[in-house]
Amino acid sequence: MLKVDGVSTHIGKIKILHEIYFQVEKGQIVSIIGANGAGKSTLLNTLAGLYRPTSGTITLENDVISGYPANKVVEKGLSLVPEGRQIFSNLTVKENLLLGMFSKYYKEKKLAEENLTKILDMFPSLKKHLKNLGGNLSGGEQQMLAIGRGLMSNPKIILLDEPSMGLAPKIVYEILDTLMIIKEDLGTMVILVEQNVKAALKVCDQAYVIDQGRIIINGTRDEISSNPQVISAYLGIKSAGA
Amino acid sequence: MSKLEKVLYGNRLKPFLFLVGLILMLPFVVKSSYIFTILILIGIYSIVTLGLCLLIGYAGQISLGHAAFFGIGAYTSGVLTTSFQLSPWLALVIGMVTTFFIAYLIGIPILKLKGHFLALATLGINIIFYILILGLNQLTGGAAGLIGIPSLSLFGLPLTDKLFFYFFVWTAALLVLLLSLNIVRSHVGRVLRSIHDSEIATETLGVKVENYKVAIFALSAAFASLAGSMYAHYITFVAPPTFYITKSILFLIMVMVGGAGSVWGAILGTTVIMFLNEIIRFVGHTYFGISGEVEIVVYGLIIILIMMFLPKGLMHVISKPIQKLKQKKKVKIKSHKDMISQKGV
Ligand SMILES: Nc1ncnc2c1ncn2[C@@H]1O[C@H](COP(=O)(O)OP(=O)(O)OP(=O)(O)O)[C@@H](O)[C@H]1O
Ligand SMILES: [Mg+2]
Repeated sequence: MLKVDGVSTHIGKIKILHEIYFQVEKGQIVSIIGANGAGKSTLLNTLAGLYRPTSGTITLENDVISGYPANKVVEKGLSLVPEGRQIFSNLTVKENLLLGMFSKYYKEKKLAEENLTKILDMFPSLKKHLKNLGGNLSGGEQQMLAIGRGLMSNPKIILLDEPSMGLAPKIVYEILDTLMIIKEDLGTMVILVEQNVKAALKVCDQAYVIDQGRIIINGTRDEISSNPQVISAYLGIKSAGA
Repeated sequence: MSKLEKVLYGNRLKPFLFLVGLILMLPFVVKSSYIFTILILIGIYSIVTLGLCLLIGYAGQISLGHAAFFGIGAYTSGVLTTSFQLSPWLALVIGMVTTFFIAYLIGIPILKLKGHFLALATLGINIIFYILILGLNQLTGGAAGLIGIPSLSLFGLPLTDKLFFYFFVWTAALLVLLLSLNIVRSHVGRVLRSIHDSEIATETLGVKVENYKVAIFALSAAFASLAGSMYAHYITFVAPPTFYITKSILFLIMVMVGGAGSVWGAILGTTVIMFLNEIIRFVGHTYFGISGEVEIVVYGLIIILIMMFLPKGLMHVISKPIQKLKQKKKVKIKSHKDMISQKGV
């Protein structure tokens, strides 16, 4: 379980996140939705240790991970697939994946090979590109690679920042299918940040709406899907009154 | 053989042997002592640019201050062997170790900066160093420089002999090249390249990005220091202008011209720029009657042209047709095999 308890984040002197509370239970996909500039990426980056929260605590299973730098947080089992994929374009696909196991690579070469096989079974389209440079893959393949890389460290929870960005609907659905596999086969918790609310609500168990650094609505998928505010503001359907 | 393969893996053996052959052959061909001096300087500067190439091309960090580290080596050797009568070899090692630690300590704060800011900070280091060697004239001889630095000798061979020094310098350069090639291929090299592509992603994968950046910065500084010591013992005289920011920029141009993406590019770029340097001086002097630092103007032009037309440097231009040829060969072999297997069926 991941528990976020009253987390605030400042960037410079500006308070971007205001006392965020939420949690992810084992075996859940939790979706965080919100407009541009709402603070979604800031939240994920704070969870991953790229920003240090100015108040509150983040707990993963029994470890308090808030305050750790990013490279420690991943060792504790939280993996971030950052916004814009951030593939290593000058490294081969295989090298990209192996770096995903950086924290364990030296000690457990055999495990690395095992994980590589496991990930490639999950993303067969990467298999034929193993020796190609990451930068030469298509957008969809790059996203798969980014997710695969994030899974290489066997995380307890994986955070995805707008995986559907710039991808065709068909590819978006492929990615959503993958998330279900991650949840069901690997038992990994997932936090999915999306502007594509429709897509996010297809796979998540629980959703939170964030606006100007505050969580303004939360509920199960069905509650959120039928919430009139969400429908008018995020699903693009004008409410009757307007 | 397996040991050799470990160090000179894959397709690196051939170009390496080619370079060794070239180095061994040149003394028989080159009779002009003037050109021989240039060849020695190319060897010395290549040691600097190899380190710089790891820093710029692989880790993606810029330095406009490597002339300072080159200078720390040169002055450590100069001062310790003249004023303190230390063994040149000991002085050389002390220079490298000192430079490594100085660069490490400086690197911790300044490598937090990115892009232009890092460029400016390293430029600042170079200027500070320049002012220090001018100011500490009791120790460094100030603007007049330091004279009477002893030459090196190795196993009783006086390296005052140009030929011996030539082989000595190039042996060192080849060792630095070997080390660099192996760093690039190792896990460390992979991490450096990933830092180049995305620092954030690398960090979130569990890499202490800062440590890697600082370590490669310090290592490249130590290479520069080694080269600086050799320079001091070869020229036997050091003075501040040699270590000003123009030299740092020159090192940078060498790396860019050769192509920062490949360690071979460092040696190629150094060679091209050193000869170009002489040509410019010669042409400028004989045909235009200009003396002084005309080459700086031409360098400015070169940077612009390289950035516009050859952003990946000369090495990229050279290696492309070679790779194509190899691919053609492979295809040929493959189709041949296919034919054979078809006949078999
Ligand atoms: N480095 C920064 N410096 C200053 N302000 C920042 C910085 N990063 C983010 N912000 C501000 O924080 C707020 C939240 O940004 P964030 O990137 O988290 O939004 P987001 O919800 O991920 O948006 P998007 O959907 O566009 O990715 C914005 O107002 C943004 O301007
Ligand atoms: Mg964002």
